[in-house]
Amino acid sequence: MDVLLLSRIQFAANISFHILFPTITIALGWLLFYFKLRFNFSKHPVWMRAYRFWVKVFALTFALGVVSGITMSFQFGTNWPGFMETVGNIAGPLLAYEILTAFFLEATLLGVMLFGINRVPNWAHTLATFLVAFGTTMSAFWILVLNSWMHTPVGFEMREGVAHATDWLAIIFNPSFPYRFSHTLLSSALTVCFLVAGISAYRILKGDAKKAPNVALRTAIFGAALVAPLQAFVGDLHGLNTLEHQPAKIAAIEGVWETERGAPLVLFALPNEETKRNDYAIEIPKLASLILTHELDGELQGLNEFEGAHPPVKPLFFGFRIMVGIGLLMIAVSWWCTYSLKRHKRLSKLQLQVLIGMTFSGWVATLAGWYVTEIGRQPYLIHGVLKTADAVTDIASSNVALTLAVYLSIYVLLLIAYVKTLYGLASKSVDVEEYDLSLPGLPERKANLHSYRNTNYTNNSEVGA
Amino acid sequence: MNWLSLETLALIFAGLTAFAILLYAMLDGYDLGVGVTLNMKNEAWRDNAIASIGPFWDANETWLVLAVGLLLVAFPAAHSEILKSLYLPAAAMLVGLILRGVAFDFRAKVKPKRKIIWDRTFKAGSFIAAFSQGFMLGLYVMGLDYTWVSTMFSIFSGICVTAAYALIGSAWLFLKTSGELQRHALAQCKKMGVIAFSGILGVSLINPLVNVNVYQIWTQPPFAYFYAIIPLLCFGMFLLGYTVIKHFEKCVNIDEEKGHWLPFLICCVIFITCFIGLAVSFYPFVVPNQMTIFDAASAPESLNIIFIGACLVIPIIACYTVFCYFVFRGKADSLQYY
Repeated sequence: MDVLLLSRIQFAANISFHILFPTITIALGWLLFYFKLRFNFSKHPVWMRAYRFWVKVFALTFALGVVSGITMSFQFGTNWPGFMETVGNIAGPLLAYEILTAFFLEATLLGVMLFGINRVPNWAHTLATFLVAFGTTMSAFWILVLNSWMHTPVGFEMREGVAHATDWLAIIFNPSFPYRFSHTLLSSALTVCFLVAGISAYRILKGDAKKAPNVALRTAIFGAALVAPLQAFVGDLHGLNTLEHQPAKIAAIEGVWETERGAPLVLFALPNEETKRNDYAIEIPKLASLILTHELDGELQGLNEFEGAHPPVKPLFFGFRIMVGIGLLMIAVSWWCTYSLKRHKRLSKLQLQVLIGMTFSGWVATLAGWYVTEIGRQPYLIHGVLKTADAVTDIASSNVALTLAVYLSIYVLLLIAYVKTLYGLASKSVDVEEYDLSLPGLPERKANLHSYRNTNYTNNSEVGA
Repeated sequence: MNWLSLETLALIFAGLTAFAILLYAMLDGYDLGVGVTLNMKNEAWRDNAIASIGPFWDANETWLVLAVGLLLVAFPAAHSEILKSLYLPAAAMLVGLILRGVAFDFRAKVKPKRKIIWDRTFKAGSFIAAFSQGFMLGLYVMGLDYTWVSTMFSIFSGICVTAAYALIGSAWLFLKTSGELQRHALAQCKKMGVIAFSGILGVSLINPLVNVNVYQIWTQPPFAYFYAIIPLLCFGMFLLGYTVIKHFEKCVNIDEEKGHWLPFLICCVIFITCFIGLAVSFYPFVVPNQMTIFDAASAPESLNIIFIGACLVIPIIACYTVFCYFVFRGKADSLQYY
């Protein structure tokens, strides 16, 4: 294999492994802040119990995110020197601001958040939790500014083949940024909702009758029921934005080979790059035009108009359907569970099992969506400015192959260890006592603990009154 | 929007990058040192040692991201040139850092019988990271050239840097722990001090012999007299450190003695003098004998933008870093997650 393909696989492998963890920490940070606030206001220890369990998951996930992220800062220069040579004047400041405003903040205050509760006042611990969540979000902000700019570059001029910034506000708030940023944050929220719901369901099925997993489960289910439809809406806006700026990507996603009016929505097919048509297609007439142009007979540009400069069709076509499929499933499951929680105050065994099955569904959807948008940018690295092939390194492909093999094997091992540890932590917490009454800042009204209204539906007999 | 000229900016950013590398070497140096010297026979010591770096290591590692990030954004041509030459050792370092970083969290969360596996991973990861950093430093000094001689020198440099990290790590343990482990750390300080001393002496002699420029810088008056302070201070610190260790060794009860921070401070001064020595040797080159910081700097308008941000944000970073060290001051207690 040549160095271009190997470098692409290596970058994709590194960033795919990396994104799994920030996707969790961004929203989990805010969820922990929510738990902490609920505790501060209600003084009920169940919120600290939930905090205490999920902060361990946060710490582990954060560590994996940090170490897998360091790899990226090396790869820019080693494997893609053309990237910084061409757009370094724009990418550089954005990356620098990410490090300065986000990385240090989250990494430094994480120590206080994890280990500092007995060493700082309660408000300072709450503030540290807030700042860590804020830091993860800032880091998403800057990196998505850069990523969005690579899709919709504006606010610069080319001089002697090098991009020079002319308008920083235009660069930061480039046309696709608001959509991509909100879409990514919401996907993080959904990933975390289903992770928390799945792990909590696992604990409950394992016989954990404490209130904490039930509280976490309810928070996650209600959160997902709100966020999942919102995500569908934002995703639609993001799609329309892509249609405006990268029509070839949409044509590949929808499997539109020839420009047509009243294009059907292809539910399933096998796109065939050789015959330039969809085999075994199941279609709904005119729906794609309706969704994308809001007219039954709206015109969609086909792949024929981007001959030789459009992304590969199959990964986009399937990736998009996997993402949307999981999204729809998330809406259905979260609403179904919300209904049961509101109506029966509890979930059935089947529902708990479904939730366990969907624990990592957010990861699959995030990766699928990420592949759609990034492969959809090909053959460009920076849309219309720099081709991927022109940015690649000249190091020996054997070196890249060697490091790729090492990275891949470590990633597989770490992923297995991560998932096993999550379930291990969940199993271990089944036998932990209901409350740790040695907590600082606990109220005197311990007698009231068990009449706590949000958790009445759990096994009251075992908790005692 | 250009407030500063390219020359000024190149100097400022070279200074900032150097500052980030130095801070990384000292801060993550002690983390890695604690990892390298982790005692595999005593689990309580291991818990205690790792607890002493628990609240800090994440932030310490961020200085590496900043250093590499600044090199990338301020001197992109040098970043690609240097890291392409160091591709394999850099990858080894990343693998080491990955293993070290995750082992930290896994060891505290897996079943007790698997903890030892992650402790071994922690130690091995720390060693790989420390050694490859030293190896890369050696190659850099030898002009990023892979020959039989330069490889041997890089291996030597790898051992020295690992020993230097082990030294500062042991000094950190001496500062943050008490009892048996503290005594053990003191003994480690002495051992590692000897290796680090001979290593620094070796590099100081070999570097001017292989690099003509370096030889001239250190031997041409009048600056040579001025520069001579650097090695004198460095080796003076080793002497001072030796007496301090002797003093503590004689104490029956170390707890009652003052100045547990002294060995760590001495190590910091040693790191700073070594670093300044290297910086003096290579200035103004960022890629030895090939590319100066002025050749490699990116466009002034972008550097200006970063410079403004850095001026605003770095003081804030300093504030909360100091706050964090203040919160976790004193002897380390066992790590309790909340």
